[in-house]
Amino acid sequence: MAKIEVLGPGCANCQRLEAMARQAVADLGVEAEVEKVTDVKEIMARGVMATPGLVVNGKVVSKGRVPSASEVKSLIAGALA
Amino acid sequence: MMRQPTLRLWAGMAVAALAWVGAYVILHPIADALTYDLFHLSRDSHLGSAVEFFLYDTPKVLLLLTGIVFLMGIVRTFFSPESTRRLLGGRREGVGNVAAAGLGVVTPFCSCSAVPLFIGFVEAGVPLGVTFSFLISAPMVNEVAVVLLFGLFGWKTAALYVGLGLAIAITAGWVIGRLHMERHVEPFVYEIAVGQLDSAEGLTWSDRAARGIQAVRDIVGRVWPFVVAGIAVGAAIHGYVPEDTMAGIMGEGAWWSVPAAVILGVPMYSNAAGVLPVIEALIDKGAALGTALAFMMSVVALSLPEMIILRRVLKWRLIAVFIAVVASGITAVGFVFNLVF
Repeated sequence: MAKIEVLGPGCANCQRLEAMARQAVADLGVEAEVEKVTDVKEIMARGVMATPGLVVNGKVVSKGRVPSASEVKSLIAGALA
Repeated sequence: MMRQPTLRLWAGMAVAALAWVGAYVILHPIADALTYDLFHLSRDSHLGSAVEFFLYDTPKVLLLLTGIVFLMGIVRTFFSPESTRRLLGGRREGVGNVAAAGLGVVTPFCSCSAVPLFIGFVEAGVPLGVTFSFLISAPMVNEVAVVLLFGLFGWKTAALYVGLGLAIAITAGWVIGRLHMERHVEPFVYEIAVGQLDSAEGLTWSDRAARGIQAVRDIVGRVWPFVVAGIAVGAAIHGYVPEDTMAGIMGEGAWWSVPAAVILGVPMYSNAAGVLPVIEALIDKGAALGTALAFMMSVVALSLPEMIILRRVLKWRLIAVFIAVVASGITAVGFVFNLVF
């Protein structure tokens, strides 16, 4: 199963991205677990300095901004392809 | 194949720019016609001038905001926290403070990522004071504040805000660096293992334009109610409230009004657009411009939520010094403004 992580301390932007990631997973119909990472040490360890970050199977696909819903979908689809 | 979309993109941008200029030019005649011809308000009445002020200034400021936010959204695609960190790493104080304050303006920044950014900077060997110059300038000197000040108070006020805001960021960061407070940073910051920070995204121009449009949707979509409210307050007060209501308390005569405004603003949290209605009201009632701007700067630059976030990496002593140094800088700027205007 794919693993999708949303990195961020829990601000509004991170929550928006998390909701979008869940929606994208549902829309794409892929088997994926969406997890929130709030610990700053864990965030830094993944190489993200600007939150929110989106990580698919260990690969950072977006950071420092909230992409649009359609972009989130294509980022996740692209990383899983 | 590569040329076609690029050509279409530039053509689209040119059309949008022309439409923008066209809209900007006809705003005043339209506001004039609506107020005096359609609504039949008298040119000499308070109501007439208030309505015209509102109908002209609201679309003007929103247009300016859209244009500048779009351009800044594109400029920001050329910078990233990672590249800024690389540029500032190992830089000496002084030059480093100046560079950090400047980069704070153009690097994408959200106060909710202040902690990972702080750790990333420290890890790259950016001196503590230089990091603070960045953290002060990034939220304070931003395009929303500049556009609002330009649209409502003119370019001199906007330019002074930018210049003095940068001066505060540079000086306050330098002072914090001179105080050698490295041991007041939480020790875990120095031990954290930072993963590979890679920033090369390989964006095309159409990606950059899309980011610009997204910035407009995000920022203008969020601040427009405050802008409308701010201008409405300004328009409503315009002519109705005696000009010197506030002059005794916050006018140039009362020297203590600047520090009082700064202290009041420190714990408050808002973006530049959110304080706008208050600023408009204060100035229209006779408060001095420097006092009102000092209030705005302290609301935007220092806030209780940000301190709580920073507490995760800084000890209280350093947070207290940070607040004290920045607040003193803002107070000094308020006095300068009141002297100049």
